[in-house]
Amino acid sequence: MEAGALGNPVLRARRNRIDRIGDPLLRGLSGLAAALAVVVIVAIAYEVIHLAWPAITKFGIGFLTTNDWNPVTERFGAAPFIYGTAVTSAIALLFAAPLSIAISIYLTELAPSRVRRPVATLVDMLAAIPSVILGLWGILVLGPFMHDTIQPALKSTLGFLPIFSGDPSAFSYLTAALILTIMTTPIITSVTREVFETVPGELKEGAYALGATRWEMVRQVVLPYSRAGIVGATILGLGRAIGEAIAVAQVIGGATGINVSLFHTGSTMAAQIAAQFQGAPGALQKPSLAYLGVILLVFAVIVNVVARLIVQRGSLKDVDVTPTEAEAL
Amino acid sequence: MSSGDPGHALLLDRGNLKRRNRVNRLVEVSSTIATLLAVAVLLIVVGSVISKGIGALSIHFLTTPMGLFGDTSGGISNAIVGTGIIVGIAALMAIPVGLLVAIFTTEFASPRIGHPIRFVLDLLNGVPTIITGIFVYGLMVAGNKQSGIAGSVALAIIMLPIVARTAQEVLTLVPGTLKEAAYALGVARWRTLLRVTLPTAAGGLLTGALLAVARVAGETAPLILVCSIFGQGVLTEPNEALASIPVFIFQSSESPSPEAHTQAWAAALILIAFVLVLNVVARAFYARSRKRMGA
Repeated sequence: MEAGALGNPVLRARRNRIDRIGDPLLRGLSGLAAALAVVVIVAIAYEVIHLAWPAITKFGIGFLTTNDWNPVTERFGAAPFIYGTAVTSAIALLFAAPLSIAISIYLTELAPSRVRRPVATLVDMLAAIPSVILGLWGILVLGPFMHDTIQPALKSTLGFLPIFSGDPSAFSYLTAALILTIMTTPIITSVTREVFETVPGELKEGAYALGATRWEMVRQVVLPYSRAGIVGATILGLGRAIGEAIAVAQVIGGATGINVSLFHTGSTMAAQIAAQFQGAPGALQKPSLAYLGVILLVFAVIVNVVARLIVQRGSLKDVDVTPTEAEAL
Repeated sequence: MSSGDPGHALLLDRGNLKRRNRVNRLVEVSSTIATLLAVAVLLIVVGSVISKGIGALSIHFLTTPMGLFGDTSGGISNAIVGTGIIVGIAALMAIPVGLLVAIFTTEFASPRIGHPIRFVLDLLNGVPTIITGIFVYGLMVAGNKQSGIAGSVALAIIMLPIVARTAQEVLTLVPGTLKEAAYALGVARWRTLLRVTLPTAAGGLLTGALLAVARVAGETAPLILVCSIFGQGVLTEPNEALASIPVFIFQSSESPSPEAHTQAWAAALILIAFVLVLNVVARAFYARSRKRMGA
């Protein structure tokens, strides 16, 4: 049919006419879609700032350092939530980064080739569990376990440290941090694993030829070669950790103060928005929550840009740091 | 890069072979334990959901709408229907737009425009979903009311970068020789795209779409803000707020009642089964599609 059309001058003329419209049309449509993506990100920033405006004008930059969240006196500050976000994310990465490196070492250097793919897939699947389900598990399984077993053990051995003081609590900074560890580990692993796989075989073989053990090879060849990728991956994990709202809101307890003990309940910026935005009165509390959103958005953007710059500096341009779903395959 | 040092350091180390082997063994064992730990956590979470949810799962649970607040005799039929509608509309919005963005960056844009767009997509991917919720709240709910369509818009924004980035990757995998063959025959660009490029990449494109759906099916944060206060019974009108499975799990998990928790586990079982099956299917398509493109 197509060949016939080309043979027939009338049809061919019509076809050329359609093509003259078709190409620019496709270009225009797809360009429009790309422009839409740009518009969306700008609109998000604009709208969140717009909603936060009453709180921004009322509290100014002092909002960041105000350690108070009082709907009755209408005095709102971000300090307890910035603290909660920082503490939970930092602990999560403290666990997740070494875990991810260890898992990547296992998957790229140790695992028999037959189990490599299935195990990598299982680790990736951890990232597919919806956060609300992880939160449910956190409330009903992990929380009680923390309260009954982990926290008493920490208290009896390391109780002299202020961070392990106070009564055990199922809802706590520590429980939230562990949930975030579970969420960020597969994300960091998928990137570090990919970076490890780009280490040239000759370098590894060179180290082995010089008599290195496997660990010495990893420490002196794989890790230095992958340093930028590991840092970038960890920062991307940080982005995920600071932005997680639901699972953290479920397990952190919602206290609106700063507490040194990790057993204490608290809140993070994202969790506070998730917990209160829907029911908050519009005059000042909702704008204050949106103000938390502005701070969170600024953090998220910085984290993403920094992660990308680091990886590009490390001249690993062929490794994509965005763990898009396809790369998790 | 310190690739020159290792040999030097190793030669100095040589004296203590026993210690070196012990350290090596220790690292190997802890790497294996770390991996086992990750797999164990997956199995424990999925196992908890299955063991605690399966008991409450019944035809009644799947076909009856929720009861009033605190009444746990109902089921989640309205949430299943609601999630279907919200996610379905979101997919209808995000998949075509995401695909077009990918076509623009791979087929038309010069690197000078293409790179910034990729960057914007990565930024969009990095926006916390709760922020997307605030955005859609300000855009559609403030001064109006909650609705299923607001939920769909929020989920579509979350899907967009996922669909676009995976599609970009798949489209760049299509062998250039195929396209060049079409161009050499005088076939116009848009025809080549529709007849050659897209069919070749179909499996991979489907993968991206399925993964994006799996990703947002469990998304809760934006729905809490824009679609969480809904009426009784099975509602299907997207202009009204609709029930959804993730919001049901969230609200039940916050309840003190053990019956509500059991219902949350049962709903979680349905959601996790849906998400994991979608993931497995998507992976299968992806593997097949890569093979087809010789990648």
